[in-house]
Amino acid sequence: MSDPMRIRAQVQGSGAVVRVLMSHEMETGLRKDAAGKTVPAWHITEVTAALNGTPVLTAWWGTAIAKNPFTQFTIKGAKSGDKISISWTDNRGDKRTDEVAVA
Amino acid sequence: MQTRREMLARSAAVAALLAAAGVLPARAQAAWNKAAFDAKTIDEVIKALGVAKPVESKDINFTAPDIAENGAVVPIAVSTTLPGVKRIAFLIEKNPTTLAGVFEFSDAVETSVSTRIKMAQTSNVLAVALMGDGKVLFAQKEVKVTLGGCGG
Repeated sequence: MSDPMRIRAQVQGSGAVVRVLMSHEMETGLRKDAAGKTVPAWHITEVTAALNGTPVLTAWWGTAIAKNPFTQFTIKGAKSGDKISISWTDNRGDKRTDEVAVA
Repeated sequence: MQTRREMLARSAAVAALLAAAGVLPARAQAAWNKAAFDAKTIDEVIKALGVAKPVESKDINFTAPDIAENGAVVPIAVSTTLPGVKRIAFLIEKNPTTLAGVFEFSDAVETSVSTRIKMAQTSNVLAVALMGDGKVLFAQKEVKVTLGGCGG
């Protein structure tokens, strides 16, 4: 099981700004290890964000997203106390979901 | 008794029918687009995504550093006030694979997103917005990647 995501969601104006920091190696499949063997690609392929259970944002990622990916977006009309959950799936089929309440 | 060939032909026909009738979930079509992520040039990505040729637009605010000291972590951000933006894709012209990521927006989120990308070398980075009406707009910026901080 991978490490938890760090998610912060704060009300700003009429919506909530969500910042997510995921913990993931994001291997490109191009790097070689000390023995000269190619390290296989291992990266997040799909990310979804939901507000109170309703999906609001989906992202598909390739290998060019940086290690320990960060992303920020704004959900319109989200209020303090609303639940925001973020899920990702990687190319090995690992999944993780974390949830926070809007501050 | 059915031959294997007949079986195959039949299942293909059934699949086509299902697809035409919209029975297959839309989700399946929106899955991770391997062809697009394997593409090595901007043209190939555009083709794999099956969208029109992008047109440069000043209405897309794309922020990226002029110089990235570390190509492994390059912060980029895009935002636009244009209505009808469905998806935004980030393309890095000179990376081994061009497409970095695609973000799909629902009506509940603002069309603005920021993330961090990896860059192999100095290159143009493009933010491509796919509009609901089929138009494709883009903004680009050259990011210089300096390795070891000794000039590009």
